[in-house]
Amino acid sequence: MVSAPDSTLELPKVESSALENDISDIKVDNIGDFTFPERNKYDSGFGITSKTIDYISDVKDDPDWVREFRHKALKIFLDKPTPTNWATKDLENIKFDEFRYYLSDGQKPKRSWDDVPEDIKKTFDRLGIPEQERKFLAGVEAQYDSEAAYSNIKASVSEQGVIFVNSSEGLKEHPEIFKKWFGKVIPTGDNKYSALNSAVFSGGSFIYVPPGVKVKHPLQAYFRINSEQFGQFERTLIIADEGAEVMYMEGCTAPKFETATLHSAVVELVALKGAKIQYVTVQNWSSNVFNLVTKRGIAMEDAEVRWIDCNIGSRLTMKYPGVIMKGKRARGEVISIALANSGQHQDTGAKMVHAADDTTSNVISKSISIGEGRSTYRGLVHIPKHLKGCKNNTECDALLINSSSRTDTYPAISVRGNQHATQHEASVSQVSADQIFYLMQRGLTEAEAMSLSVNGFINDLVKEFPMEYSVELKRLIDLEMEGSVG
Amino acid sequence: MLPTALSASTMPSAPTDTSTGLLAITPTLNTNAPDWFATRSSAAWADFQSLPIPSLKDENWRYSNAKKIELAEHSPAKAPTPAEIQAALSATEGLKERAARFVFVNDTLVESDTSGLPSGVVCVTFEEALKAHVDVLQQHFMKGEQALGSSKFAALHLAHVKAGTVIIVPKNVVIEKPVEIFHWVVGDHAAIFPHTLVVTGDNSEVSVVDHYRSLEGEGGLSIAIADLIGGSGSKVTYAACQELADDAQALHLSSITAGRDASVKSFQVQLGASFSRSESVSDLVGQGARSDMLSVSLPIGDQIVDQRTLQRHKAPHATSDLLYKNALYGTSRSIFSGLIIFDEGAHYTEAYQTCRNLLNSNEAEATSLPGLEINADQVKCSHGATSGPISDEELFYLKARGISDSESRKLIIEGFLAGVVERFGNSELLDTLVARIDEKLERAV
Repeated sequence: MVSAPDSTLELPKVESSALENDISDIKVDNIGDFTFPERNKYDSGFGITSKTIDYISDVKDDPDWVREFRHKALKIFLDKPTPTNWATKDLENIKFDEFRYYLSDGQKPKRSWDDVPEDIKKTFDRLGIPEQERKFLAGVEAQYDSEAAYSNIKASVSEQGVIFVNSSEGLKEHPEIFKKWFGKVIPTGDNKYSALNSAVFSGGSFIYVPPGVKVKHPLQAYFRINSEQFGQFERTLIIADEGAEVMYMEGCTAPKFETATLHSAVVELVALKGAKIQYVTVQNWSSNVFNLVTKRGIAMEDAEVRWIDCNIGSRLTMKYPGVIMKGKRARGEVISIALANSGQHQDTGAKMVHAADDTTSNVISKSISIGEGRSTYRGLVHIPKHLKGCKNNTECDALLINSSSRTDTYPAISVRGNQHATQHEASVSQVSADQIFYLMQRGLTEAEAMSLSVNGFINDLVKEFPMEYSVELKRLIDLEMEGSVG
Repeated sequence: MLPTALSASTMPSAPTDTSTGLLAITPTLNTNAPDWFATRSSAAWADFQSLPIPSLKDENWRYSNAKKIELAEHSPAKAPTPAEIQAALSATEGLKERAARFVFVNDTLVESDTSGLPSGVVCVTFEEALKAHVDVLQQHFMKGEQALGSSKFAALHLAHVKAGTVIIVPKNVVIEKPVEIFHWVVGDHAAIFPHTLVVTGDNSEVSVVDHYRSLEGEGGLSIAIADLIGGSGSKVTYAACQELADDAQALHLSSITAGRDASVKSFQVQLGASFSRSESVSDLVGQGARSDMLSVSLPIGDQIVDQRTLQRHKAPHATSDLLYKNALYGTSRSIFSGLIIFDEGAHYTEAYQTCRNLLNSNEAEATSLPGLEINADQVKCSHGATSGPISDEELFYLKARGISDSESRKLIIEGFLAGVVERFGNSELLDTLVARIDEKLERAV
């Protein structure tokens, strides 16, 4: 195992920060695939050992309990086997020694848009966010690598008492709220990758919404990975106090690298009595990224947790957002869109654990497989005994575009007692030749016709995304569909 | 040739637990058996001993437990006494309209009647077939690998098998009435290993019913295997009715091969045993083939019904349709795990899979794992799984007509299960099974 070489401790890599950033520095092969020059001040070296953990804790100036938490997590990570009895064998191709586990350009969070480095703004350009809308992106938390590079909380939001900071800031400045819930929804030992995240986490958001506060504007964070072989380990914790409402949006694009990159985030949501949390993700990592994410929410009495999840990028995504409905009448929902192109495997799904009476959950998943892409739905619905009035509805539809496309469905539904109702339905279909012919008759090219049909297939789910996301989504789908027919 | 069942890929890895108790006594080989069979038998015995008991981590045993089949408790059933034979025969009611009937007690043939069969049909015991129909056995006997997790138990079956029926239907012969086979188990902790092999020629028709019953004695065990090979354009209907004693354990492994334009309908009725597991594999190998996989179960008390199915589409233009219904009472559990796989090239295919669970008590538990793996073009495929209680509307409708609550529930469950039994298409069998379901419902309420 390669440990952090001492040289990196003493000689942090600092490159000129006065970036004149000539446009020629940016290598553009494709939309979404571009790199910027690296300028990393801190680098923990390759591989992961307890030295790496100490290094990260030193740099981040972690409190002792966090350092201890990280060390414990590392041990669990190293002890846990790779889950290959049910999961794809591709997981064995992750060489944990070849990643760098911490990297930061050492920038302090910025307060205004003007201070944001040009190169990050360019990423937003490529994402196609209009100038007008960018100004409107109040409460943006944009991340450069793991650390917050830009953070501007809309005045009205902070006036309401909402805390919206990066997680390192959260654990230092609000330990009384942070510590209470941190690692409680997703315990360190939940799975191998959540343990890895717990050991090396950096970045991510911490949000606390006080009782009764309804945050009008969605809070957003864009982040991306920008260094070769560098894994990103965000840790997000969102707490909505009684009766509060918040929507959080996370979108990511990653530049293309030559070697595989690892992304393993942990996101914990806590919706207290009557609270409502919506978490929106648009994932568009480049197709060499392993995206192994653990996301789970707890919903107390009358609370609601909704995951709206869209996976377009990455080589392998394994992500099963879950909701534990702990209080009466709690509600959980997962709305998921997955698009798998050649070389990609979108292994997504949902976990719904009913733990109180009259709880309801809904899972709607639509996947599209293009070329040799493979999409998998893996679901879990658990309704234990002694509960009554629990309901679950699961629908998964898959669309196969080419004859070599692949789709799998593996739900597991376990119901105990006679006072519940569950239903699961899945269908697999194709865009019919008639449909394409009809559209081509009206002057569309075959690709346009296909793109339109695919957009139609997921249209009712896309509507669930906020406006700018649904526009972006349609654009991303068009891009993916390019060259898939003919 | 060695059975592919025992290839390394199907072997679950550590932890290794090969304890087999009394069944560890090497079975006495049939001295009349041909060499090839003796070779396979002893190879299977070696495999049985070396293969581990499937662990809880094995995906094919998820939510279940292979240790529910208590190998250590059982020993191969002893030859029946005349009194036991008499008791079994008088308890064998069976169908009036039948083409043939075989009655086995503890893997020993005690009655056979093949008078209703058209000429040319081979319908003999397994022992007889080993002498006279070696070519068919060599070609079809236990050829499919155990894809659903019971390689160890299949090896045990092969090592011990001596009883059962081999039915070979020649081209264009239609057997209108069913062939009925009874397997009785008697004696404490007795284990039986019944085998059924059905091979049909082009455009022929046959229906076969296997009954698994207990006479007396504690905790019997039946490890049964049925191989059904449907030739081009043939129609095969098969039912396995398991009504063993409440403390018995049952394992039924069936493998179906449907050739070009063949239609194979298989049917599982699970009414008895404390732990009852069925593994049903349908291979659609010919164009235009069709496979219907049906099942009803009515677990009560603390019974466990464990169902694993696999619909494998290997040819284009084929159809498979699965419908499994479970009505649960008491603290019983049901586990349904189904998978549909499309091989590359299995285009223009339709595959359906439905599992419905009716939960009638607050402690009953139904788990459904309906899976799909699709790798083909122009495919129509869907699956559905529901679990819930009897709907209030249905109950209200009946109660509004003056029918009591308990009677209404009984009627609804009877209708729920009978809907599947009807698809078997034999009214006498339907009546018999509905009566058995009724009897069990009385016990459940």
